[in-house]
Amino acid sequence: MKPAAFEYHAPRTLEEALGLLHEHQDEAKVLAGGQSLVPAMNFRLARPSVLVDIAHLPDLDRIEATEPGSVTVGARVRHLDLEHNTIGGPLGSLFALTGRWVGHYPIRVRGTFGGSLAHADPAAEWCALACALDAEIHCRSASGSRSVGAGDFFEQMAFTTCLEPDELLVGVRLPELSDSCGVGMAEFARRWGDFAIVLAVTAVERDGDSIAGARIALGGVAGGPVRASNAEAALAGRPATAGTVAAAAAAAAEEVDPTGDIHGSADYRRDLVRAMVTRALDQALK
Amino acid sequence: MNQRRVELTLTVNGQRHEVAVEPRKTLADTLREDCGLTGTHLGCEHGVCGACTVLVDDEPVRSCLMFAVQCGGQAIRTVEGLADGERLHPIQQAFWEHHGLQCGFCTPGFLMLATSVLESRPDIGDEELREVLASNLCRCTGYQNIITSVHAARDQMRS
Repeated sequence: MKPAAFEYHAPRTLEEALGLLHEHQDEAKVLAGGQSLVPAMNFRLARPSVLVDIAHLPDLDRIEATEPGSVTVGARVRHLDLEHNTIGGPLGSLFALTGRWVGHYPIRVRGTFGGSLAHADPAAEWCALACALDAEIHCRSASGSRSVGAGDFFEQMAFTTCLEPDELLVGVRLPELSDSCGVGMAEFARRWGDFAIVLAVTAVERDGDSIAGARIALGGVAGGPVRASNAEAALAGRPATAGTVAAAAAAAAEEVDPTGDIHGSADYRRDLVRAMVTRALDQALK
Repeated sequence: MNQRRVELTLTVNGQRHEVAVEPRKTLADTLREDCGLTGTHLGCEHGVCGACTVLVDDEPVRSCLMFAVQCGGQAIRTVEGLADGERLHPIQQAFWEHHGLQCGFCTPGFLMLATSVLESRPDIGDEELREVLASNLCRCTGYQNIITSVHAARDQMRS
């Protein structure tokens, strides 16, 4: 239970960090909160020969309204900071609702938003949130920068993203949600703080008594986070009633194709999708 | 492979410790082996059990998931720093009085976790406190008395 030896770098500037990643390519790993990477290193499932610690890079720990209508979350913003954010509005509520499901309190003290996305655990709360809101993920390398939509960022294979070995995820842009938007998050895990077996993140735009549009993302049912687009379609333009919610939840259970594992069979997960989508939508429509 | 030791200064319970460690050495192992502070226990070594919880800048962290090289310049607190000489910290006294420990293996982690949350949120409610305490494992399954002890410490520290 001891990690293999590695060279440790704690760069003070972004340029220096990107230079190190460029130099060492896939020999290097980025260390942020270390709450997923270090366990993998302790088990020697990961054996990077170089660690680039981004703890001292300036400006990556901010939550900012960089332009009207959107919020940019720096890569190193911690789970705890999102849980107790001061953004306000439905987006702030969704961060708070979702944050408290991420691991345990001491994990949330260290673990980071960007780290969670780059790690891309199929059952990760933030990955589902990024997927639901069509987040734009900002990546930098020594040779340039690019922004990738969440839909393209997560590959449908566990722990796999489109990040190149020399790229650093620096921030994530999320759209502000309008005040007529309700948000919901539901998760099922065997014990408090465990990885989700299934989770659902929702944002529902209200138009009086009916639903203008909805976003639903699921975790734990595929290699990466997925949108329940049939369920979203089953909500758009419909009255905000229990019957509509039930129909959408049934559509979500129908459209996923989960695989069974030691934590639950495919059928069990499908049933959990129905239950979690129902709970998350009920919360969003409250 | 470069296994050169890195020299750094750790501040633990207000005392400076000059250590020379390989980068791969966790904070937990460094505290135990290089600082001689064996009160911090190591259970699972992959961030699940919480036995190794210490405070870094007053926040609870799992010291098996941090490398010592990450901790230069930060204030580390361990279970050894709780008591004031012979006088136990209120959280220790409460664990003593309410049988908050059986074998004692998980105790340092629970004490540090509880200390941190009671210091930062003295008015925390029962339900939330329960959620926080669910972070750590007790292999004796003595959770009820741990909860009772932390409630008692909260009331004591508030008064």
